[in-house]
Amino acid sequence: MNFQLATEPIDPGALARVLDDPRAGAFVEFQGRVRNHNDGHAVRALDYEAYAPLAVKEGTRILEEAASRFALINAGCVHRVGSLQIGDLAVWVGVTAPHRDAAFKACRWIIDETKARVPIWKKEHYDGGATQWINCATRRPSPEPGDPANPSFP
Amino acid sequence: MATVRLSYFALLREQRGLAHEVRETSAVSAGELYAELSTHYPFTLSADRIRVAIDGEFSPLSTPLREGCELVFIPPVAGG
Repeated sequence: MNFQLATEPIDPGALARVLDDPRAGAFVEFQGRVRNHNDGHAVRALDYEAYAPLAVKEGTRILEEAASRFALINAGCVHRVGSLQIGDLAVWVGVTAPHRDAAFKACRWIIDETKARVPIWKKEHYDGGATQWINCATRRPSPEPGDPANPSFP
Repeated sequence: MATVRLSYFALLREQRGLAHEVRETSAVSAGELYAELSTHYPFTLSADRIRVAIDGEFSPLSTPLREGCELVFIPPVAGG
C-alpha cells in the first residue's frame, strides 16, 4: 500500500509492474489526465500543489481503508504536483485483487476518496490568462462582474 | 499569547502573500486564529469551508492553540 506524490511524469507501466502478483486475477487502474476544458472554459494548463506530509499520510490511510473494505491484494496511488499540460497524467490508481469485482470497486473508491480528502489543490489556467483555484470560488447568489471574491475568474 | 508557526497553500498562500510565517496571537483556538487572520488579509473562504491541520494532523477548528504549534489552514481540496 503506497501513496506517493510525484514531481516528475508518472510511468504507469512501471507502477503496474510493482503490483504484479501471481494471486492477482484482476488488475484495474485509473489514469486521471489533464483535459482541455472545465465547466465551459477552455483550459490551457494546470498547477497542482500539495501539503506533502499530510497528503501522503491521508493517501496512505485511504489505501489502508480500501484494503479493509475490499478483498484486495495490493493498491497504489501516485499524484503529480507541479505544472502540467493538457494530456499529462495527473493521478494514477492501481489495484490488484483475486477477482475483478473487488478490483473495480476499490479503484473507484480510492480515486473518489483521494479527490475528497487528500490536501492537494488544483489551479486551472484558462485561455486568455485567467486562473482559478478549483473548489475555492466564493459562492454567492448572483455574482457581479468583477466580483472581488472572484478576482481572476473570466 | 502564543507563538505559532503557519504554512499556507494554494489560494490562502496567494491571499496571504507568503508561504510561511511565525506569528504571535491572542487567539485561543485555531478557528479564532483564522478569524483574526481574515481581518488582516483578503481571505475569501469563510471558516466553514476550511479545515485545519495542527502539527501535521487534521484537527477540529476548536482545538486550543499551544505554544510553538504548527498550523496549516486547508482550503477545499481538489486533487484528481
